[in-house]
Amino acid sequence: MFDERSPIYLQIADQIKNDIVSGALAEDEQVMSTNQYAAFYRINPATAAKGFAQLVDEGVLYKKRGIGMFVSPNARDLLRTGRREGFFADVVDPMIREAKALGVPLRDVVQHIREYGDA
Amino acid sequence: MTTSTVAQTALGVRAENLTVRFGGVPALDRLDLRLAPGKIHGLLGRNGSGKSTLAAVLAGFRQPDDGRVLIDGAGLGTPMPPYENAVVTSRVCLIRESGDLVDSAPVRQVLGLAASLRPYWDAELAAELLDRFEVPAGKRISKLSRGKRSALGVVLGLASRAPLTIFDETYLGMDVPSRNVFYDALLADYAEVPRTIVLSTHLVSEVSTLLEEVVILDNGRLVTQSPVDALRGRGAAMVGPAALVDKFAADFTVLAEERLGGTKSVTVLGDLDPALRAEAAASGLEIGLVGLQDLFVHLTAPAPKGDRR
Repeated sequence: MFDERSPIYLQIADQIKNDIVSGALAEDEQVMSTNQYAAFYRINPATAAKGFAQLVDEGVLYKKRGIGMFVSPNARDLLRTGRREGFFADVVDPMIREAKALGVPLRDVVQHIREYGDA
Repeated sequence: MTTSTVAQTALGVRAENLTVRFGGVPALDRLDLRLAPGKIHGLLGRNGSGKSTLAAVLAGFRQPDDGRVLIDGAGLGTPMPPYENAVVTSRVCLIRESGDLVDSAPVRQVLGLAASLRPYWDAELAAELLDRFEVPAGKRISKLSRGKRSALGVVLGLASRAPLTIFDETYLGMDVPSRNVFYDALLADYAEVPRTIVLSTHLVSEVSTLLEEVVILDNGRLVTQSPVDALRGRGAAMVGPAALVDKFAADFTVLAEERLGGTKSVTVLGDLDPALRAEAAASGLEIGLVGLQDLFVHLTAPAPKGDRR
């Protein structure tokens, strides 16, 4: 579930961000409480709280006093814009480097992208 | 979890120059340590590192030979040593693997005794946990399997709701499903009544996500104390040409090194910032992250001959 090689609070934050980007968590939807989250994933509540606090700082979640935490109305756009900026550098460029190293012609890669994208 | 509830239900620990010797050999060697109240601490170390001795001193089972331990908070007024001090020891619950139980007594009687000794005892929780672990209340302790005995220890530890609760390898006798029941019950009850919990173990990977802080002991000394999340990602392995590895490893604490011909591999402790990573990668050095369990193994491994960290 969690990787032992990076701080768990960051992994929690990333997981929730992924759920928001994929649409599994809708905007203005309430997220689990820290204690529920801690119990569900069997982690320390303070660690869960730190992950949630990070998301509040980034504007991805907001707090309603005494009720809980919710997904910010613009969270999905915010995250998608942020990820789009890094998409070519983080995802496409390494793929091209790997293709070149393996001797896979770029036109095959492009063709695969077209076919996979249309499927 | 508010600070006021933590202040009421949690105890802090301060050890200063704490030394315990067995036949002249130090089991704890001038240990300086603080455990913040209200957190779940992992007490990690290999067998014989001093974990159980420390736990016994904290619970007042044993007097230090030198230095002292003070327990603080939860309505104690002033910090006080636990040894021969009923006010402290009734609030500190140590559960050891042996169980410290009277063999001839039935389970029900053991619970009754705990109820009379523990000021924060929760009988309802005890009954519920006994059920979940399927420990028969009418059976004598001597008739319980090792797993059920361990489970009874866990029930006593949790239902005591002691402001300082120490589980010293208690759960080793339990099978995996029962250990998971223990971890779930611990987190649930800790959320309800925040208190100071110490889990002593050498099985780092299994409990690491439950912890907030870790204390690592080796040979009776403190190796490191840190928030557990800060240790994740702090270990790195560098592999490459020996001269290059030496150049980059120079600024870090080297935990282990290995050489094969011109290639060298080192495990280091430290924060590798992205700039350094990029520079290392550009010059042909491979850098990999080291997981918590591996880091623990390196931190407590016997040092190379004539070279003590």
